[in-house]
Amino acid sequence: MIELKNVSKRVGKVVHIKPTTLRLEAGQFNVLLGATGSGKTSLIKLIAGLDPLASGRIILDGQDVTRLNTQKRNISLVHQFFVNYPHMTVFENIASPLRVAGMAKSEIESRVEEAAGLLQLVPVLMRRPHELSGGQQQRTALARAIAKESRAVFLDEPLANLDYKLREELREQLPELFSDRGCVVVYATSEPEEALLFGGNAALMNDGHVTQFGPTADIYRNPDNLTAARIFSNPPINAVGVVKKGAQAHLECGACWGLEGAAARLPDGKYTMAVRAHRVLPMRTGNADVALNGRVIVTELSGSESSAHFQLGSNAWVSLAGGVHPYSVGENHTFYMNPCHCRYFAPDGRRAV
Amino acid sequence: MAQVTLSGLRHSYLPDPKEGQDYALKEIDITWRDGGAYALLGPSGCGKTTLLNIISGLIVPTEGAVLFDDRDVTADPPDRRNIAQVFQFPVIYDNMTVRENLSFPLRNRGVEPGLIEQRVRETANMLDVTGILDRRASGLNPDNKQKISMGRALVREDVNVVMFDEPLTVIDPHLKWKLRSKLKELHHRVKATMIYVTHDQTEALTFADEVVVMQEGEVVQIGTPVELFERPQHTFVGHFIGSPGMNILPCEARKNSALFEGHEVALEGPLGGQAGELTLGIRPEHVLIAEDGIPATVAKVADAGRHFIIDAVVGKSVVKVVDSRNPPEKGSIIHLHFRPERSRVYRDGWIATEPRT
Amino acid sequence: MKTENQKAWLFVLPVLFLVAFNALVPMMTVVNYSVQETFGNNQFFWQGLDWFEQILRSDRFHAALGRQFLFTATILAIEVPLGIIIALSMPRQGIWVSVCLVLMALPMLIPWNVVGAMWNIFALPKIGMLGYFMNDVLGVSYDMTQDPLAAWITVVAMDVWHWTSLVVLLCYAGLMSIPDAYYQAAKIDGASAWSVFRHIQLPKMKTVLTIAVLLRFMDSFNIYTEPFVLTGGGPGNSTTLLSIDLVKIALGQFDLGPAAAMSLIYFAITLLVSWVFYTLMTKDDRR
Repeated sequence: MIELKNVSKRVGKVVHIKPTTLRLEAGQFNVLLGATGSGKTSLIKLIAGLDPLASGRIILDGQDVTRLNTQKRNISLVHQFFVNYPHMTVFENIASPLRVAGMAKSEIESRVEEAAGLLQLVPVLMRRPHELSGGQQQRTALARAIAKESRAVFLDEPLANLDYKLREELREQLPELFSDRGCVVVYATSEPEEALLFGGNAALMNDGHVTQFGPTADIYRNPDNLTAARIFSNPPINAVGVVKKGAQAHLECGACWGLEGAAARLPDGKYTMAVRAHRVLPMRTGNADVALNGRVIVTELSGSESSAHFQLGSNAWVSLAGGVHPYSVGENHTFYMNPCHCRYFAPDGRRAV
Repeated sequence: MAQVTLSGLRHSYLPDPKEGQDYALKEIDITWRDGGAYALLGPSGCGKTTLLNIISGLIVPTEGAVLFDDRDVTADPPDRRNIAQVFQFPVIYDNMTVRENLSFPLRNRGVEPGLIEQRVRETANMLDVTGILDRRASGLNPDNKQKISMGRALVREDVNVVMFDEPLTVIDPHLKWKLRSKLKELHHRVKATMIYVTHDQTEALTFADEVVVMQEGEVVQIGTPVELFERPQHTFVGHFIGSPGMNILPCEARKNSALFEGHEVALEGPLGGQAGELTLGIRPEHVLIAEDGIPATVAKVADAGRHFIIDAVVGKSVVKVVDSRNPPEKGSIIHLHFRPERSRVYRDGWIATEPRT
Repeated sequence: MKTENQKAWLFVLPVLFLVAFNALVPMMTVVNYSVQETFGNNQFFWQGLDWFEQILRSDRFHAALGRQFLFTATILAIEVPLGIIIALSMPRQGIWVSVCLVLMALPMLIPWNVVGAMWNIFALPKIGMLGYFMNDVLGVSYDMTQDPLAAWITVVAMDVWHWTSLVVLLCYAGLMSIPDAYYQAAKIDGASAWSVFRHIQLPKMKTVLTIAVLLRFMDSFNIYTEPFVLTGGGPGNSTTLLSIDLVKIALGQFDLGPAAAMSLIYFAITLLVSWVFYTLMTKDDRR
């Protein structure tokens, strides 16, 4: 387990990481999710001891490692770019941290073989990195991290530079690879789907600040602020202004619906309503009775799903539905949503209900 | 604008190619209509970039011809082909302003200043970069830089074809959809023949009217995005398109059905051909969890947010199921129903069933 | 905050000592000399800034400084364009790359005084190949021991021969870092060879070129060994560059005070010109 207590980072007067307190548990994935430049890599470097802290303490398995060198922390780091020793074979690459640790030769061989087996690298063990494909190179880097049996493994967007399908395969393998290693896994990504599929806990990052931390699936379904909802959404979440009057919510375009439960008891006024794209559908189903008639601007097809971006008044909306839908770009189409999927946020961005 | 014809193209990087393996491209015949939007889709190493470089003239193919309309351009260098290309990483001229960058291809061709001014203004408008026209291009962020690269490709009116080589690689994931849709919109506006190379299915299917799926130097299927998803001609296409890809399961042939792990599965239609290895192909979206059907054990449930991806074990096979309702528990027994009109049998990888009419 | 990393300072100490003995201590000695008069026997008299005034007003200094700037400007004007042209015409791949690189590196591996001696013999009339060729084959009167112009040409030629490869190697490294896509894009954009140079190669070489020009400026401005061995500063004073003059004053005449003042002025000029140049070249990058 890694505990961060009020950890922060400054370069000159610029704050890169605001004081952050987190508990990263072993045995599951800890995902750092945020856009490029949100501070994921900075935070990883802080925890790994590669950058000096401006404040705070880092506790690794009960031991205060704040002042300990990176070399002595027994951790691994896998980068977005494939970092391997070019002059060594795959075997030597995986074995290098074990050699440095002064492990016995037979032990090294068995560990390398195990890691290579898990990552399907056995046939290429005697090759050098430049003879490998991108996927194999990144698997070599991962195997090195696995063979080392570190206390913590940091994966900084390790799949970002791989082909789409390869990414899909490794995404499925990764949690299994680390499931019974007993180490803390910290995984940085900018893709919401990736975070969801890994499960575990997620920290949503924005501008050097963790806006929400908790079980991944939970915070996806219950974001406690608008920024968190936006970070954890692809395609972008629909966020539009609503006016609450009595037990009714009114959209600028005229659509309105009845509010129930806690939402109905909110004081009257202006709120931001957010609803995910896959809750806005091009046909009427069940209780989806709020009709939104907008002009379709763009349509996209991603294999099994199609999305439509449409303009309604001054707001841009997105709908995402399974299957293929015959939209005509430039023409109006009616979309439907069920108000029970709407979340309401106060003007300051906090969850209102 | 031009129709692009690739006829009998073969290419090898070796000086003296003999057998099939020596070729990076094996026998490519494609015709792309004037003004169409096309994509070349495949994993890295499938030959799509080689093919692109042959069209742009950076590589001369070992065999075969490239035709723009009726003109054979196989041996012409890039600057004589009148084409435009956008590269994986933004190429901008650092010491010029955005405006100078955009007008560069026109100035090189001696276009009169008035017309240059007008084209640059139109192109900047299309790409929403009018506000930064007088900024130095070197200081821009990656997505604006890539927009400028695209702008230089679109500013010329007379190009035969515009090519894109994985142009969204450096774009932040959160901004990708914006540029994806921008490209689509641009095609509608300029009506040029466009060829888009990528390994990303969303980019290919969104952009193109017709997608060429490639694997190991060969074309596996050419079709509209809907055709590729709904009725893949080859298991590779089924696997490569869709996320997760199509289930490809071992099976045996029965008269008008397939036998999968001892269970009979109804098919879209009669099975043709003989011999060869048979597989059953069905997409995870088309496997339903039903009251009765093929019994399966739930091995894994992955939460993808808007739906769940369930790994269900039947005998020795794993069937992926996509379902948006409350998921079954890990270890529980469920029953699977394969939608018959979506169940197909492939023989040695190629489709072998005929849909009933 | 005290961390284990403080240990790193220990490893820096030897370097600090070295820098102190190499630069700081001699520098302070020079400053000390420059404001005093000495007649040996370790007797010193306070002189204030008199030496500086004397040097700055002396015609001899002005003449040497003038020759120095002329020399530096000449070799920069030849070596930089020539270096760029050679770098551009070098092969990008294949076995010829290493052959070219080794050939380029060769002149720089030769000790400076040997370079001077080589060129001295090379250029001597009757004996040297160059001297013989000029006088007896071409029939041009060429004698660098008698003719100031010939001496100048020989000194410049020697420096160009010795140091153009440095510019070549730096530019070549800059050129190699340009991705192929840039050349492909330029071809497609219909750019001419000149445009490719002007808009792709030159901007991408700018950083290394700045370094090359700075290095060549500083080196040529401080040049001593080679011209001293070649011409000894003659004939007359025609190739007496600043450093040669400095040594003449300091060791030849043993005027330590004026020599110290002169070397400080010399140092200040080098620093000033380098700073102005660097600021101008990197102005755009910081904007």
